[in-house]
Amino acid sequence: MRRFLPWIILVGAAGWIAANWLPPKTAKDDFDLTRFGKIPVLVGGRVKPLDTAARNSLLIIHGKQELRLEGGRRLGAMQWLTDVLFNTPVADQYPVFVVQNAEVLGLFGWEQSDRKYFSFAEFAPFLRQIDEQGNQSDKLEAVQRSAYQSAILNLRNGLVLYQRLKNSIQPEGTQNFAAELQEFESSLPDALRAARERESAENVDKAKLNEVAELIQRYEKLSEMAYILAVPLLGQDGDWRSIGDSLLHSVGAGEIHLAVSEYAMIGDAYRADDPSLFNQHVGRMSNWFIKEQPSATKRTSFEFLFNRLQPFSQSMALYVLAFLLACASWLGWNRPLNRSAFYLLLLALAIHTFGLFSRMYLQERPPVTNLYSSAIFIGWGAVIVSLILERIFRDGIGAACAGAIGFITLIIAHHLAGSGDTLEMLQAVLDTNIWLATHVVAITTGYSAMFLAGMLAIIYIVRGAFTRSLKKQTADSLARMTYGVICFATLFSFVGTVLGGIWADQSWGRFWGWDPKENGAVLIVLWCAMILHARWGGFIRQRGLMIMAIFGNVVTSFSWFGVNMLGVGLHSYGFMQKAFLWLVGFIVSQLALMAIAAMPLERWRSFCTESVSARDEHPQISSALSAGQTPGR
Amino acid sequence: MWRRLVDLFTSLKLTIICLAAAMVLIFAGTLAQVHLGIHEAQQRYFQSMFVWWPPEGRGFKIPIFPGGHLIGAVLLVNLIAAHAKRFRWAWRKLGIHLTHAGLIIMLAGGLFTDLFAVESHMRLAGGDTKNYSEDARRMELAVIDTSDSDLDQVTAIPDTVLRRNRTIDHWSLPFRIVVRNFYQNSRLKMLSEAGNEARPIANQGPGAMIAVEPTPRATGVDERDVTSAAVEILPKDGGSLGTWLVSDALGSPQTFSCGGRTWMITLRPARYYKPYSVTLQKFTHERYAGTDIPKNFASRVTLIDPERSVNRDVLIYMNHPLRYRGETFYQAGFQKDDQATILQVVHNPSFIAPYVACVIVAAGLLVQFGFHLIGFSRQRRSAIA
Repeated sequence: MRRFLPWIILVGAAGWIAANWLPPKTAKDDFDLTRFGKIPVLVGGRVKPLDTAARNSLLIIHGKQELRLEGGRRLGAMQWLTDVLFNTPVADQYPVFVVQNAEVLGLFGWEQSDRKYFSFAEFAPFLRQIDEQGNQSDKLEAVQRSAYQSAILNLRNGLVLYQRLKNSIQPEGTQNFAAELQEFESSLPDALRAARERESAENVDKAKLNEVAELIQRYEKLSEMAYILAVPLLGQDGDWRSIGDSLLHSVGAGEIHLAVSEYAMIGDAYRADDPSLFNQHVGRMSNWFIKEQPSATKRTSFEFLFNRLQPFSQSMALYVLAFLLACASWLGWNRPLNRSAFYLLLLALAIHTFGLFSRMYLQERPPVTNLYSSAIFIGWGAVIVSLILERIFRDGIGAACAGAIGFITLIIAHHLAGSGDTLEMLQAVLDTNIWLATHVVAITTGYSAMFLAGMLAIIYIVRGAFTRSLKKQTADSLARMTYGVICFATLFSFVGTVLGGIWADQSWGRFWGWDPKENGAVLIVLWCAMILHARWGGFIRQRGLMIMAIFGNVVTSFSWFGVNMLGVGLHSYGFMQKAFLWLVGFIVSQLALMAIAAMPLERWRSFCTESVSARDEHPQISSALSAGQTPGR
Repeated sequence: MWRRLVDLFTSLKLTIICLAAAMVLIFAGTLAQVHLGIHEAQQRYFQSMFVWWPPEGRGFKIPIFPGGHLIGAVLLVNLIAAHAKRFRWAWRKLGIHLTHAGLIIMLAGGLFTDLFAVESHMRLAGGDTKNYSEDARRMELAVIDTSDSDLDQVTAIPDTVLRRNRTIDHWSLPFRIVVRNFYQNSRLKMLSEAGNEARPIANQGPGAMIAVEPTPRATGVDERDVTSAAVEILPKDGGSLGTWLVSDALGSPQTFSCGGRTWMITLRPARYYKPYSVTLQKFTHERYAGTDIPKNFASRVTLIDPERSVNRDVLIYMNHPLRYRGETFYQAGFQKDDQATILQVVHNPSFIAPYVACVIVAAGLLVQFGFHLIGFSRQRRSAIA
């Protein structure tokens, strides 16, 4: 049993993942939203599948990628978006908008209750008021806004996005769009002639002209509102138009773009509740895209798959499980649990890696391009280094670190994703793969190592102070690991920081500008240098090393998040109120751990039972680290 | 005594104290940027010997913490002294020596850059040609003798002189200039809009109709001070030509005559003239389709240098600067709905130092930690055996 346990757990976990990854079955007589969701569109400057546009929009508006209706029915993002695009009366009733702020609710005369989701229909009478209030707080800097002002602005932006979505494919509320377009197309030649004749002041068919003019006005409004650009321009790579814009251009061309008429028919079929007609037109459009935009379609199909697999959520679950198994291994049944944790971590890492590389393929960029991807990458790097440590020491410590850091960083990433597309386009200055691949990767690898060192130190202190499981041998190997990881962190943080300076020298003409993010990076380097020199000079020993390594967590979290919250400088990404509280909480927890570590050794459960005195603690560690002695000391 | 001093400056304790002090300073300096702005905080915290604290309402200041220059210098001395004293060649210490040699280069290079690098801007609208760049942080009072139709004789008085001196008496000018008011940052308003209380500080030219309001120094990254001053022109042969308002916010120079010649006077950003000229052909600002996210900024310019018989077109864009005659032109920004470009012009003789230092330090760290790793794995192997 013991021998097979790791394999049983691994197979169980793999089976669970596979079950999650099985494609959901669509009945033949149902709307094929899978195929529809793969259709490429341009949103936010990037070609993506409709499915991504749906998920991101719902995430921005609703805070989740899925909608739960009354009675417990769940609505996928694609289902929701299809209703928003084609069937607005139904979509307007969905409770998608989140409002929790009592003052915002009070604005409409509503009292705060358990309900926090509201539908568009409920806000419809107050749109003007919301817009006015939102505009007022839009004028303020993010840092200056009160909770009410942030909430109302959020609501305003959500409503604007929602209304733009509704007018992306067809004018909101249109019943028979295909027929309207047909009429538009057929009357175009007459109207054009009428327009020419008016110029030459001959008898004019005024009715005809007015009819078309009205439609043109309608499509102008549509093109202003559109959030989704759905029509690719043939022959010109990367240029897209909205449906409204394309219709305006068809006045000159005399014919309507195929994608526009297909979308119209898809919408009509959807409203008429005719799945087979819907699927037929979706199929036609999909085939057209495969033929005309082969590379874009390949990418969007893959992105659709990536969205469905949710690799980071899957590996997050595995990391937690592995962490628990590794911790349990210290209490007993050491070998099998330890090995189970290791196998699970390998599986989790494989999925994590798949996710990371998929993002790189989709974006055609190095792994780190924004805060979200930095969290993914920091976790990934730390897990790899932890697993190497685990292979060397085989005592469950590396495995526990891998599980904990993998889980925590992915949770952080999950919460950073709320602002929409995590594969967003890069600002001009960042648009250079060389520096993204070197500077940014080196810096984030440095962060990974710092957090790993901190995690090792936490394990040392928690196990030492609260359990009896920290034997001298374990303590020594923990110290060795921590020291080694700090060396690694020093190397990468230093190189990363200087490469950042060189990048700045290349693009702004100054190597160092005391920008907050630069300062944050150099703080890490200085802290590493202090730890190493203090260690080499004999000012600190095992416990001192651990305390300093935990403070490394504080320094690194300040550098990673803290400086962004200051709202100054070239690297600032806006103020994050919620994240600020979490950061403060994290720092306080780290300081508390340092205080615990500073307790006299007699209070430590591990050392008091083994009666290891402070003096005994030292010789081993200094001999283990003798390679690191400074000259002359 | 000498021994003690040597011991102090070569001690590892001093290194650690300096590192800790540097961390505190950088942390405090970073937080201070929120209120002071990057530039001001940089000067007070990092480019100074001490951080000063002026108690409210008192005329004196107290140094409360060592500034960046002091910490950097002590660290540099400590580094050099410790290595000079203890240097003994050994392969085992190669990594440490390399690392610290690289750091010395980097710190010295940083100091050098602080002292000698000059940053300025060149603003060009479409078709503009300029043979000078402007300093965004420093102003000058330019007094221009325009009587010669071919050649303007410019006398430039730096703002530091304006701030300190009440009277400026220069041999090239037939008049003295008396500074009546000087405002580092100010707001200009037409008298009619400024309310009844407002009084002009000048009595000649457009300045007689303008009220000047002193304002706190600008702190934002994109903001800059609008410096203004009132100067009286006193001909050396007696009398007064009145008080004139000169300001960064006033567009064109003001004209007066004195000593039979025509003069122009203006307060403008300090200029650095170059032996070559740059002409903007076209500025492009691309955005990602359907968004406001900038995709690329690029300036197509013509570089003309008669001395070296250069006349060529150059494309300056993000991460691709133009390096010419010791100066580097970067695409820094744009103005007026993409009609004008702003190029950052940097002259930094020690720009190569960090490149060299980075390579040396990285190599040093690799060697040093590599030795650790080898030692460690040997130990483990013997432990297992």
